[in-house]
Amino acid sequence: MKVRALVATSLASFLLVLPGVSSTKSSKASDDAKKQAKLFEKKLKKDDQILHALDRLTFGPRPGDVERVKKMGLKKWIDQQLHPESIKENPDLEAKLQPLESLRMTPMETVQHYPPPQMIKAIADGRQPMPDDPILRASIERYMTRFKVKKGQDAAAGKNGAVVDPNADMEPAKPLDQVLEPAEIQVVRTGTPDKKRELLASLPADKLEDMLIALPRPQRQQLFNFAPTDVRRKILLLNAPQQVVAYDLLESKLLRATESNRQLAEELDDFWFNHFNVYYDKGSDRFLIPNYEREAIRPNVLGKFRDLLEATAKSPAMLFYLDNFQSVRPDIDVNAKNRKVKRGLNENYGRELMELHTLGVNGGYTQQDVREVARCFTGWTLLEPRRGGGFFYNDRLHDKGEKTVLGHVIPAGGGMDDAEKVLDILATHPSTAHFISRKLAQRFVADNPPDALVEKMAAKFLASNGDIREVMKVMLDSKEFWSEGAYRAKVKTPFEMVASSVRALDAEVTDAWALANQVGNLGEPLYRKQEPTGYSNLNAEWVNSAALLSRMNFALQLARNGVPGVKVDVSQFGSDPMQVAKVLMFRSASPQTRAAIEKAVADQKQKTPALVAGLVIGSPDFQRR
Amino acid sequence: MTSRRVFLKGSAVAMFGVGSIPSWLSRSVYAADADGKQRKKILVAIFQRGAVDGLNVVIPFGEQRYYDLRPSIAIPKPDGTPNTAVDLDGFFGLHPSLTPLKPIFEAQHLAIVDAVGSPDPTRSHFDAQDYMESGTPGYKATSDGWLNRALLKATGPVSPVRAVSLGSNLPRTMRGHNDAVAMNSLNDFQVRDPKSAATFESMYDTSLDTVLHGTGKETFSAVKIMQSIQKQTYTPANGAKYPNGRFGQSLQQIARLIKADVGLEVAFADIGGWDTHVNEVGQQPALGQLANNLNDFGQSLAAFYQDLGDRMQDVMVATMSEFGRTAKENGNRGTDHGHANVMFVMGGDVKGGKVYGEWPGLADEQLYENRDLALTTDFRDVLGELVAKHLGNPNLKDVFPGYDKSKFRGLLG
Repeated sequence: MKVRALVATSLASFLLVLPGVSSTKSSKASDDAKKQAKLFEKKLKKDDQILHALDRLTFGPRPGDVERVKKMGLKKWIDQQLHPESIKENPDLEAKLQPLESLRMTPMETVQHYPPPQMIKAIADGRQPMPDDPILRASIERYMTRFKVKKGQDAAAGKNGAVVDPNADMEPAKPLDQVLEPAEIQVVRTGTPDKKRELLASLPADKLEDMLIALPRPQRQQLFNFAPTDVRRKILLLNAPQQVVAYDLLESKLLRATESNRQLAEELDDFWFNHFNVYYDKGSDRFLIPNYEREAIRPNVLGKFRDLLEATAKSPAMLFYLDNFQSVRPDIDVNAKNRKVKRGLNENYGRELMELHTLGVNGGYTQQDVREVARCFTGWTLLEPRRGGGFFYNDRLHDKGEKTVLGHVIPAGGGMDDAEKVLDILATHPSTAHFISRKLAQRFVADNPPDALVEKMAAKFLASNGDIREVMKVMLDSKEFWSEGAYRAKVKTPFEMVASSVRALDAEVTDAWALANQVGNLGEPLYRKQEPTGYSNLNAEWVNSAALLSRMNFALQLARNGVPGVKVDVSQFGSDPMQVAKVLMFRSASPQTRAAIEKAVADQKQKTPALVAGLVIGSPDFQRR
Repeated sequence: MTSRRVFLKGSAVAMFGVGSIPSWLSRSVYAADADGKQRKKILVAIFQRGAVDGLNVVIPFGEQRYYDLRPSIAIPKPDGTPNTAVDLDGFFGLHPSLTPLKPIFEAQHLAIVDAVGSPDPTRSHFDAQDYMESGTPGYKATSDGWLNRALLKATGPVSPVRAVSLGSNLPRTMRGHNDAVAMNSLNDFQVRDPKSAATFESMYDTSLDTVLHGTGKETFSAVKIMQSIQKQTYTPANGAKYPNGRFGQSLQQIARLIKADVGLEVAFADIGGWDTHVNEVGQQPALGQLANNLNDFGQSLAAFYQDLGDRMQDVMVATMSEFGRTAKENGNRGTDHGHANVMFVMGGDVKGGKVYGEWPGLADEQLYENRDLALTTDFRDVLGELVAKHLGNPNLKDVFPGYDKSKFRGLLG
């Protein structure tokens, strides 16, 4: 039933009616489609336009945003958002991003600072030097003990067997009672959250580090919820260094979505990262992703598609994720005697490059094209991928033969430029223009954007040499964008739902990791979409019972200040619950939602503004944008 | 559907209020059909996302060509030692990680269908999963999933949890006009604040939002049923031990729903991580990535079987994956996207202990497009037989529209 309404419109766009689908159904579907088509002709009321723009081009309006945009003028505001470099970034955000050091590191620095298990092993074996940072050193020493313990175990149990407690047989250099006073130890063990916060704030840096090192892991973990960002990172570093990288990524993603002044750029960062999806839990991608998002995605979100495509193609994260770094010319005999290093052609990237990144699955390529593209990309590899080395073209591994890609002959004897030619062909292909335009329109306009709009955008894509900003402009100038058909036509993704709640409540975010976990609970674990497809753009993907319940629960938890790291003060919106509801919704609630809230308010026990806020955020109305 | 809601409102909910449906009531209502027939038959669909390498799951060790094509990743012939194939019938063997399934095969409660899959030639994960889940290979316009269409037309009250998928998202397989719910776990399936629950229920119940209204209604009907189960702690029966991973836990939740007799008819769970382009195997062919995944897979299925015990009489489990993988290993000790694959069918009524389907062979000219295992059984023949004979839904034309060549393999006699 949930999908039916949606499906009705999508079905209608295909004239193909399956056997078994009754004719009454299909005529109803085409009626709905006609109705929908008419809505795209109907101009949005002036009063709704600013809200609509904020819904689509930001992670949701904050209190006061409508007035601010009104004052500046909607056109000017949109123009600014299209030129994020012209907008001064929020200094609070920059201060909050400052401690998240891994965001600014090269992959090699990341490996050194937040070593994965194989790096720790290299240090343990003396192949790499011991780091200077005392916290990291303590962490590595713990892991080294673990390796020694493991070596002594049955080899078969080594990989899947029980994890050995890294604290086992480890004596901290300074035991806890030499670091802290008995009263302080008491606070760490059984103190109230406030007392713990106070203590953490009062300790000088070296003492704090000694304490963290001396604490048993469970107690250290208990401090996690109360610790400020820098201490929290130290805790993670001690427990498992690599977790810091994930933590920094998640923090930054949520902080930027909720606090950046360059909202459209952040929306597009999410869009393009998802379009060129890579998966955090695939091996080296754990330390390659910060560099990927920073260098390949973020600088190009409103730039030339060709640049974005090349940046992803050459990025270590993508080369690793879709295996191209291992793909070599089919006839090569790298080391015939040792099967372990035997390699060959790998089609994975070639296929996804066309299916997901450029042409689209119906974009007119064949299995033969997949193979030919893969041959062109042989030699595009990585230098020491497990130690954070970068892109490297290895001519010896390159297939020098002639290739034919989508009818274009790429002559024999080429080198690295064979793949560049492929990128040229793909980036300027009409299928790509159409596929990318439609996907953008699905994100910013509606699940089934009118073909006329997509065609206009695709034409601009081809005429402007794939200039994303120009394509966005066509969309934002179109009558379809400013129509009733687009207004509130999208169901928020979990990420948008969480970010827009925080913004609507004007909540103060000191730490965003708990918010990021909520996005995962709602069905969209960030940086953890395993499939190269990325997350769906479509409403149906996000509307199901488990997700809806999770949204309601999150709404209540957030509004009553139950999400760690986020502070909500609902009283700022007034004491009249219905007034609070109106402020948070930015528009009149639907009569049904209004009636339900009124009834809850009338029921004396539910009078607090916080509860009303929770009900608003969890309401059907708020799930739309 | 209206009748069901009237029924719920008119009886249990009105009498006891939210959260107080006694378990005996829900049991007595849903344990039998409206006309008092025996317990419902249940079909559990399992999707191995990412295209599992069927040739290393059920190993055709009787064909030398298998070893020629896979010099570094082939599972050795069975010789009774660990890390070799587990002999099934002298030609096929199970991957050693699936040893827990061998006793079920021997008890004839597990059937294997080989060289099976979707006839569509796509090697795109996305498209192939979509086709298998919609049940209409080659047709993109299909709006719903085969398992939703497989549900019998309701004649009386139907349970709001007749169709349940484990996970945060409702998969394509389950979408459609019959109510279907997605849940991460039974215990999480509630609004944690009961007062607000009533308000939310009224909002979603009355909402005019075409997308959210229906799902909201289904959600709150299902919440009420779940409340009776949530109060009890669950201990798997017969010493069954589910692995801790997501898949094992999903199967445990399904077993719990089945035993609670709340009207479950179809269930869905998935397990990922099968896209083994690189390092499919570890130090030995029988270890490594695929082996670890199969451990989880096999132990979970075996625990489910053990936990349900006699109740397996009502249950049929079918596993599937979007396509198989290349017959020949690639250059990275892995395999690329291929064609036909293998399916498992487990249940009390299956004629198990046998590998079904014609074996097409692995010689170059026998391979599909000279590279992949050829297809000799359409996946819809397998699922269709389960839908028709197990669920008792004879209208396969509606379940698999456009497919009229259905040829049952005799899995259910």
